[in-house]
Amino acid sequence: MATPRPRLKLPKTAKAGEVITIKTLINHPMESGQRKDKQGNKIPRKIINKFTCEFEGQTVFASDISPAISSNPYFEFNAKPMKSGTFKFTWVDDDGSKYTLEQAIEVK
Amino acid sequence: MLKKAMIATLSAAAALSGVALLQAQAEPANDELVIDGRKLITETKAPEGHPFDVVRSGWLYRTKETRDLERDSFENPGMLYVERGKEIWNKVDGSAGKSCASCHQDAAKSMKDIGAHYPKWSAADKRPINIELQINKCRAEKMGAKPYKFDAADQKALTTYIKNQSLGTPVKLDLTQGDMMKWWHRGKDEYYVRTGQLNLSCASCHELNNGKHIRADHLSQGNVNGFPTYRLKQAHMISLHNRFRGCIRDTRAEYPKAFSDELMALEVYVTWRGSGLSVETPAVRQ
Repeated sequence: MATPRPRLKLPKTAKAGEVITIKTLINHPMESGQRKDKQGNKIPRKIINKFTCEFEGQTVFASDISPAISSNPYFEFNAKPMKSGTFKFTWVDDDGSKYTLEQAIEVK
Repeated sequence: MLKKAMIATLSAAAALSGVALLQAQAEPANDELVIDGRKLITETKAPEGHPFDVVRSGWLYRTKETRDLERDSFENPGMLYVERGKEIWNKVDGSAGKSCASCHQDAAKSMKDIGAHYPKWSAADKRPINIELQINKCRAEKMGAKPYKFDAADQKALTTYIKNQSLGTPVKLDLTQGDMMKWWHRGKDEYYVRTGQLNLSCASCHELNNGKHIRADHLSQGNVNGFPTYRLKQAHMISLHNRFRGCIRDTRAEYPKAFSDELMALEVYVTWRGSGLSVETPAVRQ
Protein backbone atom coordinates (compact mmCIF):
# COMPACT_ATOMS: atom_id res chain seq x y z
CA MET A 1 0.00 0.00 0.00
CA ALA A 2 1.41 3.37 -1.00
CA THR A 3 1.69 5.81 1.91
CA PRO A 4 -1.64 7.61 2.23
CA ARG A 5 -1.19 11.20 1.17
CA PRO A 6 -4.10 13.58 1.56
CA ARG A 7 -4.87 16.08 -1.16
CA LEU A 8 -6.84 19.26 -0.90
CA LYS A 9 -8.53 21.78 -3.15
CA LEU A 10 -9.26 24.90 -1.12
CA PRO A 11 -9.41 28.46 -2.47
CA LYS A 12 -6.59 30.66 -1.25
CA THR A 13 -8.86 33.69 -0.83
CA ALA A 14 -12.58 34.33 -0.32
CA LYS A 15 -14.94 37.20 0.45
CA ALA A 16 -16.37 37.25 3.96
CA GLY A 17 -19.56 35.23 3.98
CA GLU A 18 -18.89 33.66 0.57
CA VAL A 19 -19.70 29.94 0.32
CA ILE A 20 -16.60 28.03 -0.79
CA THR A 21 -16.33 24.43 -1.97
CA ILE A 22 -13.66 22.27 -0.35
CA LYS A 23 -12.56 19.08 -2.07
CA THR A 24 -10.47 16.45 -0.32
CA LEU A 25 -9.02 13.16 -1.43
CA ILE A 26 -6.77 10.62 0.22
CA ASN A 27 -5.30 7.52 -1.39
CA HIS A 28 -6.18 4.56 0.80
CA PRO A 29 -7.23 0.99 -0.09
CA MET A 30 -10.19 1.12 2.36
CA GLU A 31 -10.03 -2.64 2.82
CA SER A 32 -13.55 -3.55 3.95
CA GLY A 33 -12.66 -6.76 5.74
CA GLN A 34 -15.09 -8.75 3.58
CA ARG A 35 -12.69 -9.70 0.80
CA LYS A 36 -10.86 -13.02 0.74
CA ASP A 37 -7.38 -13.69 -0.61
CA LYS A 38 -6.46 -16.49 -3.03
CA GLN A 39 -6.07 -18.94 -0.13
CA GLY A 40 -9.58 -18.13 1.12
CA ASN A 41 -8.49 -16.14 4.18
CA LYS A 42 -10.30 -12.92 4.98
CA ILE A 43 -8.22 -9.84 4.24
CA PRO A 44 -8.37 -7.83 7.48
CA ARG A 45 -10.30 -4.59 7.60
CA LYS A 46 -8.22 -1.44 7.29
CA ILE A 47 -10.04 1.78 6.56
CA ILE A 48 -10.02 5.47 7.31
CA ASN A 49 -12.74 5.53 9.96
CA LYS A 50 -12.95 9.26 10.68
CA PHE A 51 -12.53 12.47 8.74
CA THR A 52 -12.74 15.93 10.27
CA CYS A 53 -12.33 19.47 9.06
CA GLU A 54 -11.75 22.24 11.59
CA PHE A 55 -11.44 25.96 11.14
CA GLU A 56 -9.71 27.86 13.92
CA GLY A 57 -10.71 25.20 16.44
CA GLN A 58 -14.31 24.94 15.28
CA THR A 59 -15.52 21.74 13.59
CA VAL A 60 -16.79 22.52 10.09
CA PHE A 61 -17.37 19.01 8.82
CA ALA A 62 -16.91 15.58 10.39
CA SER A 63 -17.68 12.09 9.23
CA ASP A 64 -17.60 8.67 10.89
CA ILE A 65 -16.71 6.39 8.01
CA SER A 66 -17.79 2.78 7.56
CA PRO A 67 -16.44 0.02 5.27
CA ALA A 68 -19.12 0.95 2.73
CA ILE A 69 -16.93 3.82 1.50
CA SER A 70 -14.76 2.66 -1.41
CA SER A 71 -11.04 3.16 -1.92
CA ASN A 72 -9.46 6.60 -2.16
CA PRO A 73 -12.25 8.37 -0.27
CA TYR A 74 -13.25 11.70 -1.75
CA PHE A 75 -15.13 14.25 0.35
CA GLU A 76 -16.51 17.49 -1.01
CA PHE A 77 -18.36 19.97 1.15
CA ASN A 78 -19.08 23.69 1.50
CA ALA A 79 -17.99 26.18 4.14
CA LYS A 80 -18.60 29.85 4.81
CA PRO A 81 -15.47 31.37 6.40
CA MET A 82 -16.21 34.73 7.99
CA LYS A 83 -12.57 35.59 8.79
CA SER A 84 -9.05 34.64 7.71
CA GLY A 85 -7.62 31.54 9.32
CA THR A 86 -6.37 28.02 8.89
CA PHE A 87 -8.35 24.94 7.93
CA LYS A 88 -7.13 21.71 9.48
CA PHE A 89 -8.08 18.33 7.97
CA THR A 90 -7.57 15.01 9.76
CA TRP A 91 -7.97 11.47 8.53
CA VAL A 92 -7.83 8.67 11.13
CA ASP A 93 -6.83 5.14 10.12
CA ASP A 94 -8.07 1.96 11.88
CA ASP A 95 -4.50 1.36 13.04
CA GLY A 96 -4.46 4.71 14.80
CA SER A 97 -2.38 6.60 12.20
CA LYS A 98 -3.46 10.16 11.64
CA TYR A 99 -2.96 11.99 8.36
CA THR A 100 -3.33 15.73 8.46
CA LEU A 101 -3.26 18.71 6.17
CA GLU A 102 -3.42 22.39 7.00
CA GLN A 103 -4.04 25.28 4.70
CA ALA A 104 -4.69 28.94 5.37
CA ILE A 105 -7.34 31.06 3.67
CA GLU A 106 -7.37 34.83 3.40
CA VAL A 107 -10.84 36.25 3.85
CA LYS A 108 -11.30 39.78 2.55
CA MET B 1 -39.37 8.51 -17.17
CA LEU B 2 -42.30 8.37 -19.55
CA LYS B 3 -39.91 8.39 -22.50
CA LYS B 4 -37.95 5.51 -20.95
CA ALA B 5 -41.17 3.59 -20.28
CA MET B 6 -42.22 4.12 -23.88
CA ILE B 7 -38.89 2.97 -25.23
CA ALA B 8 -38.98 -0.03 -22.93
CA THR B 9 -42.41 -0.94 -24.27
CA LEU B 10 -41.30 -0.41 -27.85
CA SER B 11 -38.20 -2.50 -27.24
CA ALA B 12 -40.29 -5.28 -25.78
CA ALA B 13 -42.65 -5.11 -28.74
CA ALA B 14 -39.75 -4.95 -31.16
CA ALA B 15 -38.05 -7.89 -29.48
CA LEU B 16 -41.24 -9.88 -29.81
CA SER B 17 -41.56 -9.01 -33.46
CA GLY B 18 -37.84 -9.71 -33.99
CA VAL B 19 -37.02 -6.21 -35.25
CA ALA B 20 -33.75 -4.53 -34.20
CA LEU B 21 -34.45 -1.17 -32.57
CA LEU B 22 -31.96 1.72 -32.67
CA GLN B 23 -32.22 3.68 -29.44
CA ALA B 24 -31.70 7.39 -30.06
CA GLN B 25 -30.47 8.02 -26.50
CA ALA B 26 -27.55 5.63 -27.08
CA GLU B 27 -25.64 8.00 -29.36
CA PRO B 28 -22.22 9.29 -28.26
CA ALA B 29 -22.39 12.59 -26.35
CA ASN B 30 -21.90 15.92 -28.01
CA ASP B 31 -19.39 17.27 -25.54
CA GLU B 32 -15.99 18.91 -25.26
CA LEU B 33 -13.19 17.56 -23.09
CA VAL B 34 -11.10 20.29 -21.49
CA ILE B 35 -8.59 19.31 -18.81
CA ASP B 36 -6.87 22.10 -16.87
CA GLY B 37 -7.60 24.54 -19.66
CA ARG B 38 -6.39 22.25 -22.46
CA LYS B 39 -8.88 21.06 -25.05
CA LEU B 40 -8.44 17.40 -25.99
CA ILE B 41 -9.36 15.89 -29.34
CA THR B 42 -12.15 13.37 -28.73
CA GLU B 43 -13.50 13.31 -32.27
CA THR B 44 -11.56 13.57 -35.50
CA LYS B 45 -11.40 12.52 -39.15
CA ALA B 46 -10.40 8.86 -39.44
CA PRO B 47 -7.00 8.04 -40.94
CA GLU B 48 -6.66 6.89 -44.54
CA GLY B 49 -7.92 3.33 -45.04
CA HIS B 50 -10.08 3.34 -41.89
CA PRO B 51 -13.58 1.82 -42.14
CA PHE B 52 -15.11 4.86 -40.34
CA ASP B 53 -15.27 8.49 -41.44
CA VAL B 54 -14.95 9.78 -37.89
CA VAL B 55 -13.05 8.26 -34.97
CA ARG B 56 -14.37 8.96 -31.49
CA SER B 57 -12.93 8.57 -28.03
CA GLY B 58 -14.61 6.23 -25.57
CA TRP B 59 -15.08 9.29 -23.35
CA LEU B 60 -18.02 10.38 -25.48
CA TYR B 61 -19.88 7.15 -24.78
CA ARG B 62 -19.86 7.52 -20.99
CA THR B 63 -22.45 9.18 -18.75
CA LYS B 64 -22.07 12.84 -17.82
CA GLU B 65 -20.94 11.93 -14.29
CA THR B 66 -18.14 9.74 -15.66
CA ARG B 67 -17.12 12.37 -18.21
CA ASP B 68 -16.99 14.99 -15.43
CA LEU B 69 -14.60 12.81 -13.39
CA GLU B 70 -12.09 12.81 -16.22
CA ARG B 71 -12.33 16.58 -16.71
CA ASP B 72 -11.24 17.33 -13.16
CA SER B 73 -7.61 16.44 -12.56
CA PHE B 74 -8.23 16.60 -8.81
CA GLU B 75 -11.19 14.21 -8.86
CA ASN B 76 -9.89 11.85 -11.57
CA PRO B 77 -8.96 8.76 -9.51
CA GLY B 78 -6.37 7.85 -12.15
CA MET B 79 -4.29 10.86 -11.14
CA LEU B 80 -3.46 9.14 -7.85
CA TYR B 81 -1.66 6.53 -9.94
CA VAL B 82 0.13 9.25 -11.91
CA GLU B 83 1.43 10.53 -8.57
CA ARG B 84 2.47 7.03 -7.54
CA GLY B 85 4.17 6.63 -10.92
CA LYS B 86 6.12 9.82 -10.30
CA GLU B 87 7.36 8.41 -6.97
CA ILE B 88 8.52 5.24 -8.75
CA TRP B 89 10.18 7.31 -11.49
CA ASN B 90 12.34 8.98 -8.88
CA LYS B 91 13.07 5.92 -6.78
CA VAL B 92 16.37 4.08 -7.15
CA ASP B 93 15.84 0.40 -7.95
CA GLY B 94 18.19 -2.39 -9.02
CA SER B 95 21.87 -3.26 -8.84
CA ALA B 96 23.00 -0.29 -10.95
CA GLY B 97 21.76 2.10 -8.27
CA LYS B 98 19.69 4.12 -10.74
CA SER B 99 16.17 5.44 -10.94
CA CYS B 100 14.33 6.31 -14.17
CA ALA B 101 15.22 9.91 -13.40
CA SER B 102 18.95 9.10 -13.35
CA CYS B 103 18.89 8.81 -17.16
CA HIS B 104 15.65 10.46 -18.19
CA GLN B 105 15.65 13.35 -15.70
CA ASP B 106 12.37 15.27 -15.71
CA ALA B 107 9.69 13.07 -17.26
CA ALA B 108 7.63 16.11 -18.18
CA LYS B 109 10.38 16.92 -20.68
CA SER B 110 11.93 13.57 -21.62
CA MET B 111 8.66 11.63 -21.87
CA LYS B 112 6.62 14.45 -23.41
CA ASP B 113 4.56 13.19 -26.39
CA ILE B 114 6.33 9.84 -26.63
CA GLY B 115 3.33 7.93 -25.30
CA ALA B 116 1.36 9.04 -28.35
CA HIS B 117 3.76 7.18 -30.65
CA TYR B 118 3.80 3.78 -28.99
CA PRO B 119 3.76 0.92 -29.87
CA LYS B 120 7.01 1.36 -31.77
CA TRP B 121 9.19 -0.99 -33.74
CA SER B 122 12.01 -2.50 -31.67
CA ALA B 123 14.92 -3.42 -33.94
CA ALA B 124 16.64 -5.20 -31.06
CA ASP B 125 13.64 -7.43 -30.26
CA LYS B 126 12.42 -7.66 -33.89
CA ARG B 127 8.85 -6.96 -32.78
CA PRO B 128 6.69 -4.01 -31.70
CA ILE B 129 7.32 -2.67 -28.23
CA ASN B 130 4.88 -0.86 -25.93
CA ILE B 131 5.48 1.26 -22.82
CA GLU B 132 5.22 -1.66 -20.38
CA LEU B 133 7.79 -3.67 -22.31
CA GLN B 134 10.04 -0.64 -22.73
CA ILE B 135 10.00 -0.09 -18.97
CA ASN B 136 10.95 -3.72 -18.37
CA LYS B 137 13.71 -3.46 -20.99
CA CYS B 138 15.15 -0.42 -19.23
CA ARG B 139 14.88 -2.12 -15.84
CA ALA B 140 16.61 -5.33 -16.99
CA GLU B 141 19.25 -3.82 -19.27
CA LYS B 142 20.05 -0.46 -17.72
CA MET B 143 19.05 -0.62 -14.06
CA GLY B 144 19.83 -4.20 -13.10
CA ALA B 145 16.30 -4.34 -11.74
CA LYS B 146 13.78 -7.18 -11.99
CA PRO B 147 11.30 -6.68 -14.83
CA TYR B 148 7.72 -6.18 -13.62
CA LYS B 149 5.26 -9.03 -13.75
CA PHE B 150 2.28 -8.29 -15.99
CA ASP B 151 -0.11 -5.88 -14.28
CA ALA B 152 2.09 -5.35 -11.22
CA ALA B 153 0.77 -2.29 -9.38
CA ASP B 154 4.04 -0.45 -9.97
CA GLN B 155 4.03 -1.33 -13.68
CA LYS B 156 0.56 0.17 -14.08
CA ALA B 157 1.40 3.29 -12.06
CA LEU B 158 4.63 3.95 -13.96
CA THR B 159 3.01 3.32 -17.36
CA THR B 160 0.17 5.67 -16.41
CA TYR B 161 2.65 8.35 -15.32
CA ILE B 162 4.67 8.09 -18.53
CA LYS B 163 1.63 8.12 -20.82
CA ASN B 164 0.15 11.03 -18.86
CA GLN B 165 3.13 13.11 -20.03
CA SER B 166 1.52 12.86 -23.47
CA LEU B 167 -1.92 14.02 -22.33
CA GLY B 168 -3.56 15.86 -25.21
CA THR B 169 -1.09 14.78 -27.89
CA PRO B 170 -2.77 13.10 -30.89
CA VAL B 171 -2.03 9.39 -31.27
CA LYS B 172 0.23 8.82 -34.27
CA LEU B 173 2.10 5.59 -35.01
CA ASP B 174 5.04 5.21 -37.34
CA LEU B 175 4.15 2.15 -39.39
CA THR B 176 7.11 2.55 -41.75
CA GLN B 177 9.64 1.18 -39.26
CA GLY B 178 10.82 -2.42 -39.51
CA ASP B 179 8.02 -4.94 -39.97
CA MET B 180 5.31 -2.77 -38.36
CA MET B 181 3.03 -3.15 -41.40
CA LYS B 182 3.18 -6.94 -41.14
CA TRP B 183 2.14 -6.73 -37.51
CA TRP B 184 -0.56 -4.17 -38.40
CA HIS B 185 -1.98 -6.61 -40.95
CA ARG B 186 -1.90 -9.44 -38.45
CA GLY B 187 -3.66 -7.24 -35.89
CA LYS B 188 -6.26 -6.32 -38.49
CA ASP B 189 -6.95 -9.98 -39.26
CA GLU B 190 -7.33 -10.68 -35.53
CA TYR B 191 -9.74 -7.76 -35.18
CA TYR B 192 -12.16 -9.26 -37.68
CA VAL B 193 -11.93 -12.95 -36.79
CA ARG B 194 -14.80 -14.30 -34.71
CA THR B 195 -13.73 -16.32 -31.69
CA GLY B 196 -15.13 -18.03 -28.68
CA GLN B 197 -18.35 -19.75 -27.72
CA LEU B 198 -20.18 -16.51 -28.42
CA ASN B 199 -18.51 -16.29 -31.84
CA LEU B 200 -17.74 -12.58 -31.65
CA SER B 201 -14.92 -10.53 -33.11
CA CYS B 202 -13.76 -7.09 -31.95
CA ALA B 203 -15.63 -5.76 -34.99
CA SER B 204 -18.90 -7.41 -33.92
CA CYS B 205 -19.25 -4.89 -31.10
CA HIS B 206 -16.92 -2.01 -31.80
CA GLU B 207 -17.33 -1.64 -35.55
CA LEU B 208 -20.83 -2.87 -36.26
CA ASN B 209 -22.59 -1.88 -33.05
CA ASN B 210 -20.82 1.08 -31.47
CA GLY B 211 -23.37 3.50 -30.10
CA LYS B 212 -25.70 0.69 -29.13
CA HIS B 213 -25.93 -1.00 -25.76
CA ILE B 214 -24.72 -4.46 -24.84
CA ARG B 215 -26.80 -5.08 -21.74
CA ALA B 216 -26.13 -1.95 -19.68
CA ASP B 217 -22.84 -1.07 -21.38
CA HIS B 218 -22.74 1.65 -24.02
CA LEU B 219 -20.46 0.31 -26.76
CA SER B 220 -17.72 2.63 -27.96
CA GLN B 221 -15.55 2.33 -31.07
CA GLY B 222 -13.03 0.53 -28.88
CA ASN B 223 -10.20 3.06 -29.18
CA VAL B 224 -7.31 2.83 -26.77
CA ASN B 225 -6.11 6.42 -26.49
CA GLY B 226 -6.97 6.46 -22.77
CA PHE B 227 -5.09 3.40 -21.54
CA PRO B 228 -4.12 2.62 -18.86
CA THR B 229 -7.63 3.53 -17.85
CA TYR B 230 -9.29 3.99 -14.47
CA ARG B 231 -12.27 1.70 -14.64
CA LEU B 232 -14.95 2.52 -12.08
CA LYS B 233 -16.08 -1.11 -12.14
CA GLN B 234 -12.76 -2.28 -10.75
CA ALA B 235 -11.83 0.94 -8.92
CA HIS B 236 -8.25 0.81 -10.18
CA MET B 237 -6.09 1.21 -13.27
CA ILE B 238 -6.64 -1.26 -16.09
CA SER B 239 -3.87 -1.89 -18.60
CA LEU B 240 -4.51 -2.38 -22.29
CA HIS B 241 -3.54 -6.03 -22.42
CA ASN B 242 -5.69 -6.70 -19.40
CA ARG B 243 -8.63 -5.22 -21.32
CA PHE B 244 -7.84 -7.19 -24.48
CA ARG B 245 -7.76 -10.40 -22.44
CA GLY B 246 -10.98 -9.41 -20.67
CA CYS B 247 -12.84 -8.73 -23.91
CA ILE B 248 -11.66 -12.01 -25.48
CA ARG B 249 -12.52 -13.88 -22.27
CA ASP B 250 -15.99 -12.34 -22.49
CA THR B 251 -16.52 -13.97 -25.89
CA ARG B 252 -15.79 -17.20 -24.03
CA ALA B 253 -12.61 -17.81 -25.95
CA GLU B 254 -9.21 -18.77 -24.60
CA TYR B 255 -7.40 -15.51 -24.16
CA PRO B 256 -3.79 -14.92 -25.28
CA LYS B 257 -0.98 -14.13 -22.84
CA ALA B 258 -0.23 -10.48 -22.22
CA PHE B 259 2.46 -9.14 -24.56
CA SER B 260 2.17 -12.24 -26.75
CA ASP B 261 2.59 -11.83 -30.50
CA GLU B 262 -1.20 -11.94 -30.90
CA LEU B 263 -1.84 -9.12 -28.47
CA MET B 264 1.11 -7.00 -29.63
CA ALA B 265 -0.22 -7.19 -33.21
CA LEU B 266 -3.69 -6.30 -31.95
CA GLU B 267 -2.27 -3.36 -29.98
CA VAL B 268 -0.58 -2.00 -33.13
CA TYR B 269 -3.77 -2.23 -35.18
CA VAL B 270 -6.22 -1.01 -32.52
CA THR B 271 -3.97 1.92 -31.56
CA TRP B 272 -3.87 2.90 -35.24
CA ARG B 273 -7.69 2.82 -35.38
CA GLY B 274 -7.69 5.74 -32.93
CA SER B 275 -5.10 7.84 -34.79
CA GLY B 276 -5.66 11.54 -34.26
CA LEU B 277 -7.43 11.21 -30.92
CA SER B 278 -5.66 12.81 -27.95
CA VAL B 279 -3.93 10.64 -25.38
CA GLU B 280 -6.28 10.78 -22.37
CA THR B 281 -4.32 8.68 -19.90
CA PRO B 282 -5.54 8.26 -17.22
CA ALA B 283 -8.97 8.05 -18.85
CA VAL B 284 -12.01 7.36 -16.64
CA ARG B 285 -14.38 4.73 -17.96
CA GLN B 286 -17.11 2.53 -16.59
